[in-house]
Amino acid sequence: MSATTMNGAAGRRAVRHKSLHRQRTWALWGSYIALAIFVVIFLVPPFYTVMTSLKSSAEISAQSGSPWIVHHPTLENFWYLITYPNFQTYYLNSVIVTVLTVAVSMVISVLAAFSLARMGFKGSQTLSTGVFLTYLIPPSLLFIPLFQIIGMIGLINSFWCLVLLYPTLAVPFCTWIMIGYFSSIPKELDEAALIDGAGYMQMLFRIFIPVAMPGLIAATIFAFTVSWGSFLYPLAYLYTSNQMVLTVGIVSDLIRGDVFQWGKIMAANLLASLPPIIIYAFLMDYYVAGLTAGATKG
Amino acid sequence: MADGTSVPVGVIASTPAATRKRSTMKRFAQRRSTIAFMLCLPLMLLVIAFVIYPAFYAIYLSMLNKKMTAFVGLGNFAFLLKRHTFQLVIFQSCLFAVTAVVMKALIGFVLAHLMHNIPGKNQRIWRGLLLVPWVIPLALSTLTWWWMFDPSYSAFNWVLNRFGFASVPWLGVGWIARFCTITVNVWYGTPFFMIMYLAALKSVPEQLYEASAIDGANAVQKLFFVTLPMMRNIIAITVLFSLIVTFADFDIVRILTSGGPQDMTHVFATYAFQVGIQSGDIPLGAADSLFMFPILAFAAFFVLRGVTRRTKEIAA
Repeated sequence: MSATTMNGAAGRRAVRHKSLHRQRTWALWGSYIALAIFVVIFLVPPFYTVMTSLKSSAEISAQSGSPWIVHHPTLENFWYLITYPNFQTYYLNSVIVTVLTVAVSMVISVLAAFSLARMGFKGSQTLSTGVFLTYLIPPSLLFIPLFQIIGMIGLINSFWCLVLLYPTLAVPFCTWIMIGYFSSIPKELDEAALIDGAGYMQMLFRIFIPVAMPGLIAATIFAFTVSWGSFLYPLAYLYTSNQMVLTVGIVSDLIRGDVFQWGKIMAANLLASLPPIIIYAFLMDYYVAGLTAGATKG
Repeated sequence: MADGTSVPVGVIASTPAATRKRSTMKRFAQRRSTIAFMLCLPLMLLVIAFVIYPAFYAIYLSMLNKKMTAFVGLGNFAFLLKRHTFQLVIFQSCLFAVTAVVMKALIGFVLAHLMHNIPGKNQRIWRGLLLVPWVIPLALSTLTWWWMFDPSYSAFNWVLNRFGFASVPWLGVGWIARFCTITVNVWYGTPFFMIMYLAALKSVPEQLYEASAIDGANAVQKLFFVTLPMMRNIIAITVLFSLIVTFADFDIVRILTSGGPQDMTHVFATYAFQVGIQSGDIPLGAADSLFMFPILAFAAFFVLRGVTRRTKEIAA
């Protein structure tokens, strides 16, 4: 008798286990289907960019058939842009501005984060809070007074003003990320370095930077993203095409009056989005980890 | 500037006499804080020169007349508040920011849960695909949206016509254009919420769910009594960040509609650009953009207060 009850109990457990398993499988497949729907919706604009960039101007202006597919794919838009001197200038300017911005931002924020996370001085606590609070003053609040200030310095219509201004967008967040990574390094490590006779700079370069490399990569990607994609400052301060960077250049150069060269705009769009996409494809994990590390810890 | 090689020497040499030790230690600490201050100097100079000084300069500018020759006090602010266009700007900015942030938070939450359901090794590729909108520079992807909303040969209208519906003047009618700007912002910003929430979901200890399951909690109860309280902090921080960025958004509205039709989609930033840079009335533009600050500070105050209170509760 006891054997039958035991059997019954085991059978019931098996049934419940099976139904739980089935439930889990359903939840899993449901999640995949829902995610797939979201991915399709989210990727509509990039897909449409690619399609349009492969169309000739004639095909676009013919306005026949589905706009969603390309009937006669051509690379003429890309070829036009690659050989178009203005576009080359925008690209080069973007690269110069971004490289300099990233370099300046990283030097400033690594030094400051090292000091704020490890050394400290009177008022350093206030300073780290203050850096965080600069986010309350967005660029769209500052661009009008900065227009006057940049004018006074004499950098209106020169992409060098962007090298001065972009770090203000990148540095607070980069410093924040780096403070988080630096303070997670055990204190014993820098005490040991001090006893071994290392100076602060040696400590920073030999210990802190190598150990906090993931954070450094995350901060670098952030600085890169900000300076590659910003639109407001270059739109407000740059006027001639020899000074423009990609974002403004594409908008103002390829749109002339009512004539929209959509195929070329979309091709330029793709070419300009390429560097961020490549960087994210390889280094996204670092970036996501850096972004979320600070927030989940707090 | 900071070779610091003498520091450890000082530490070692300070052992013999106690008085000498104290003074060396003091000097060491002083030197340390001097170096620390020097290392922060570039950051401080940058922030003071290009954030704090311009912010105060904006206040000064906003009190001048158009030619910047006379002081008019709060005249510009009063002028703006009386203007119908500016009332629209305030309304649209708040509508834009609040609707977009709520939508982003909700969709991001759903997406994070879906991602959390699937096995970890598959998450990477799905996350990569979902992050694409956030990776492309916003000004450029907005161009694509503009092209899709195009009235004559629009991708969306083609689909609508295909299914027998009439074409929609996407960017030509006020409320539809408002809806379009919000859509683009939600499309762009949702991935950010997703990755933040996903990290938060992963940080919730599994034992809490097990304990609640033993107590007989169902899925909804688990969501409201375990997941949401544990995620409160990160939700608050993410919403705060997103609120600031969305409120200050410029790219989408500028490219998609330039504020039209009938100024119905203008937000603070685009209106300030039109008034201050394009029409050359810098004081009025400065006054316009200053309206953003109290609203942002207000939001930040409440969210941050909630966060610190919550952190203290956890610590206690």
